[in-house]
Parts: sequence; structure tokens; C-alpha cells
Amino acid sequence: MSTIIAPAEKTEVVPEPITPWKPSQKTKSVSIIVFLASLFLSAAIVLLTGLAGIDGFGLALFCVVIVVTTVRNLRSNQKSRKDAFVGVFVASAAMLAFFPWMSIFASVIVKGVRGLQPNFLVENMQFTTPDDELNMGGAAHAVIGSMLMVSIAAAITLPLGILSGVYLTEIRGRLTFLVRFVVQSMSGVPSIVAGLFVYTTFVDYTSKFSGMAGALALAVLMLPTVARTAEEVLKLVPDDLRSASYALGARQWRTSLMVVLPTVRSGLMTAAILGVARVIGETAPLLLTSLSNNSFVFNPLGGPIGSLPTYVFGLLQIGTENSINRAWTGSLVLLILVLVLFTTARYVGGKDKK
Amino acid sequence: MSISPGLQATPEARELSVIFNRADRIFRRIVTAGALTSLILLGLIGTFLFVRSAQIFNDRGLKFITGSNWTAGSGDGVIPDDFSIGPMLTGTLLVSLIALVLSMPLAIGGALFVEFYATPGLKKVLTTLLDLAAAIPSLIFGLWGVVFFSSYGERWSDLLNSRFGWLPLMEVQNEVFGRSPFVAGCVLASLITPIITSVSREVFSRTPRDLVDTCYALGSTRWGAIKTVVLPFGKSGVIGGAMLGLGRALGETVAVYLLLNIVFRYNFRILESEGGNIASLIALKFGEATEYELKALVAAGFVLFLLTLVVNIVAASIVERSTRHR
Repeated sequence: MSTIIAPAEKTEVVPEPITPWKPSQKTKSVSIIVFLASLFLSAAIVLLTGLAGIDGFGLALFCVVIVVTTVRNLRSNQKSRKDAFVGVFVASAAMLAFFPWMSIFASVIVKGVRGLQPNFLVENMQFTTPDDELNMGGAAHAVIGSMLMVSIAAAITLPLGILSGVYLTEIRGRLTFLVRFVVQSMSGVPSIVAGLFVYTTFVDYTSKFSGMAGALALAVLMLPTVARTAEEVLKLVPDDLRSASYALGARQWRTSLMVVLPTVRSGLMTAAILGVARVIGETAPLLLTSLSNNSFVFNPLGGPIGSLPTYVFGLLQIGTENSINRAWTGSLVLLILVLVLFTTARYVGGKDKK
Repeated sequence: MSISPGLQATPEARELSVIFNRADRIFRRIVTAGALTSLILLGLIGTFLFVRSAQIFNDRGLKFITGSNWTAGSGDGVIPDDFSIGPMLTGTLLVSLIALVLSMPLAIGGALFVEFYATPGLKKVLTTLLDLAAAIPSLIFGLWGVVFFSSYGERWSDLLNSRFGWLPLMEVQNEVFGRSPFVAGCVLASLITPIITSVSREVFSRTPRDLVDTCYALGSTRWGAIKTVVLPFGKSGVIGGAMLGLGRALGETVAVYLLLNIVFRYNFRILESEGGNIASLIALKFGEATEYELKALVAAGFVLFLLTLVVNIVAASIVERSTRHR
């Protein structure tokens, strides 16, 4: 408490804010010890009684923590007792909420890494059956097909997304509300509906399944993400910049094209990357538009083409041990791609703010 | 002597006017056209799906929605075509509702934990991971569900059935607990939880810091501050996030396809190993569909499109309203 009354000659020193509700070191360590004890206790319960598995352990831990909290709060008033219980509930809800995707990360890495051999990234499945050993065949054709479709989709979507971002932030016309509304509701179009749409139009028109059709379906799904991110990024451009440009005599088109857009170049990259990350794992639309293929296809109009999601999906349906293992490895590659895209997006997007 | 009153008055602000020249007008027209593509695209999706399936709605009318069969005819008219999506429609709603009910408390708890309980370092890590988790492809959720989760799901179903089997919701006819709406709903719940958590956390983080600090200054506990300030403030945002999650669950294809036993029968017993979902119906029947059946599938897609569109429009307007009030 003594830090609050600072000596007169040192008035410029700002006193540290005090947080009286903050637990002291002692209560913290007591809490940790109690929590560790509850962990052991619940492990013992799992070993000694009928409860079993991770779910049994979780349940036992929850009950033990509730009992411990009750005992520890016997002497406190009603308010802080309630606070403690809510804390336990919130923490357990969080654990339950985070458990699935942590388990997914873990199992994809653990099970996928076995098949991640050099051949997986360079060979295709043309002369390999899914049931063959993991050192034969690979998913290179699927990776290339995915890349091809996603790049075409990005090339279509990026200009459109940027245009609608520019419309929402620079032009601000009468349709601003409507455009924003449509973009938001479009982001909820089910992926299979996008696939059906492209099937009834493009596939029907060209009368064959192709990578181009897949790319168009992905573009439909990608557009809202890109448009929204582009709008968010363009909103960050300070109005002073626009005013300065106008004051120098620039017209609106020059201001937008030569001042505003170059300022957020890396932010727009982020928009594109996030859009790609959104669609790279989409399976359903590709099942209706690009189908799958076991060999290399480089021509987007040259008939069915392989892709990572359909590769994994196909293997899953075969369901033998080796094919499931291949599916895990395919998922690992997919997850790594998403991770790399996200990290790049963060890295690139972080540049703008400096 | 004072200055004359005329000088004291501030001059009226000059009205700003913009005159667009031809280059500007062209630029504005191009940008507007670009922005309108999403509107046109949405319209095209609706129109094309409707036009291509009009024959089905014409032939079958309301029976397409209420009927419960999906039988391809024999072609010579002995067995007539009979396509309707009743059980799939109710199945879609059932599975999505299970997912929503399970994920809401978890998502709110998770968002509160990240925003108000976690230490600053943990908060940073969890926020990043959360964004990443919301981007895990649903296919991987399906794979995880089939290989990892389904055994737990079966165990929980068995447990629920033996304790609460007297409830109509929980009874079963066959004691096979896998591939039920409950199991699919659990996996869908884990799929939409990161999305709802992400949106809720975002909304909670926008709570004015002053208000929360005021609560603490008045002697409130952490729960007191959350109950009186954070939750009322973030309510509509959380509802909007939940609707987004619901929209995602309604349109989910592969995860449900892999985890649900698709049977054409009305089923509201959530532990029974049968159910349906429009999106997975399309994926299931698409491969070997006849021309007429394809039209029926497109019609099913159109119904799904309308359903998710309504949910998303409601969600968008709720989110819009909650952000405009600030």
C-alpha cells in the first residue's frame, strides 16, 4: 500500500495499479497443489472403480473439483462461493469445448505422420491400390489438383472480393447495406448447394466434370470470406489519407487505386489467404463437380481431377487399415496446408499494422 | 467596448459537394458492378436450382416435403418414382438442434474462459488456436468422429439409454448405438463449437473495459461482473454466432455422411441408429442417380438453400443490429 503515497519530488512516477482481488503467491500455490491432488484422486477413482477412459477421468475430476471447491468455500460468503462454482463450471465447459479439436490435432499428427514418407508427396495412385503398403503410391496428384483448383478460385474471387470491399468502404453507395447483407448471408450457403449450382450450370453446359467446375464451386464459397476480410482491412485505412489525397487534387478513382489500395496490399493478401484456407478442405462441392482421379491432371478442363479432400474421402469409404492410414496422412497434409496458410496470413497481415 | 456581434458568430460550414468527372463515374460503375456480383450470384443460385427442379415441385407439390420415401422407379412404370425428403428434413433439423444444444454452453463457457479467466499468455495462445480450430475442414472432423469419437459416443448412448430409456426421446428399438443422430450431433457440436466460441469471444472482448472495472470497484466478484455487464452486453452477438453455427450445421455434408446411418423413415429417437440429413442425401444419391432423381436432388438442395438462407439472414440481421447499437 505504501507505493500509493509517492514522495513529493517524484510526482512524475505513476504508482503501480493495485489489484487487491489478485490471489497472492501463497493462495496460488495452494490452489495448484489442491488441483494436482484432485488429479491424482480422480486417477485413483478411474483405476479402482468402474469408471474408465478419458471421459471417466474427466467426470471423476469434475466431481472431485466440485467437492473440493465446496469444502474450500465453506467459510466464505455466498457471493464468493457462487463465484468459485461458476469458475469451475466455466473452466470445465472450456475444457470440453477445447478437447475435440485438441484431440483432432493430436490424432491427425500421431496417426498421419506414419505415412508421411517421401513417396507420399511425389507419387500418385495410378498403379497403387489403396490397400498397398504405405511406402507405395502417394498423394502428389491430389495436392496438385487441390492447388490448381484453389488458385483458379482465388484468381476469380480476389478481384471481385476487393471490388466489393472498395464499394463498401470507398464508394458507400445506396446499396451498401444490401451488399453487406448479401455477403453475410452468402457466407452461409451450404457447400453442397454451391456444388449443385455449378453442377446444374457449368458441368451441364460443358457436359463433363472438370477442375474448372470444382474451382468455380470453391469460388462461390470463397467470395464472402474474401469480400468480408477485404472490407475489414480497407476500413483500417485512416480517413486522413483519403483527405490528403483529395486535397492534393486527386480524383476518387486515383485516391482509391493509388493511395488506399496500395496501403493495404498485404492486408488484401491476407484476405486471399484466408479465403483459400476456408475452401481448401471443402469436400462436398468437389464430389459433385470435379470428382476424383488417381493420376496427374494438369488441365483444368480435362475431365475429373484429384484433390486432397476427395482423396481422403475416397480412402475413408474403402475402410481397410492401410487406406485409413493413408486418409490420416492426407488429413495431416491438409491440416499442415491450413496451418501454413494461417501463419502466412497472420505474418502478412501483421505487417500492415506497423 | 466589445467586438461587434457579427464577428463573434462562427461562419457556417460550407456545404461539401463532390463532382465526379467521367473517369470517376466509370470507376464507380466498375466497382459497383463488382460488388453486385455477390448479389447476382446469390440470385442465380436460387433461380437455377429452382428452375432445374421446378418439374419436381410441379409433379409432387407439397408431398415432396411431407412424404417419406425415396424410391427410384423401375423406368417402365411398374414401380413409380417416389421422391420426397420429409425424414431428411426433420433429420437435418434434429441433428443440428442436438449440435446446437450441446455446443452452446460449451462455447459460452469457452469464450468466457479465454476472455476473463485465462492468463494473458494463455489467452493469446488460445485465441490463435481457436481461429485455427474454426478452420479445420469438416472432413477431418468426420474422420476423427469415425475413428476416435464413435466408440465414446456409443458408450454414452448406451449409458443414456439405460438410465433415461423411459423417455420417448431416448428409447431405442435396436440396441445398436453407433451412427445415431446423437453421435452425429456430438461431432457436429464439436465442429460448430469453435465457430460460436470465436464469435462470442470477439463480442465479449468488445465489452467496455470501464463497465467491467466499475463492477470490480463496486466490490463485485468476477461472476457478478460477467452476469451484470458482459452477458447482457454480448447477448445478441452470441445469438448471432449461434445462428451462424446452426447454419453451418444444417448444411454440413461429409461429417454427417460418415457418421449417420441414412434411413428413410421419420425418426425422433436420438439414440436409434438411423437418421438423415439433406446434404448427405445429395452426396449419397448423386453418384448413381437417374435424370429424374437428379432433379429431385436439386430440389432437395433448393429446400436446403432456402432453409440456410433464412437462418443466415436472421443471424446477419441480429449481428448487424448488435453492432449498430454501439
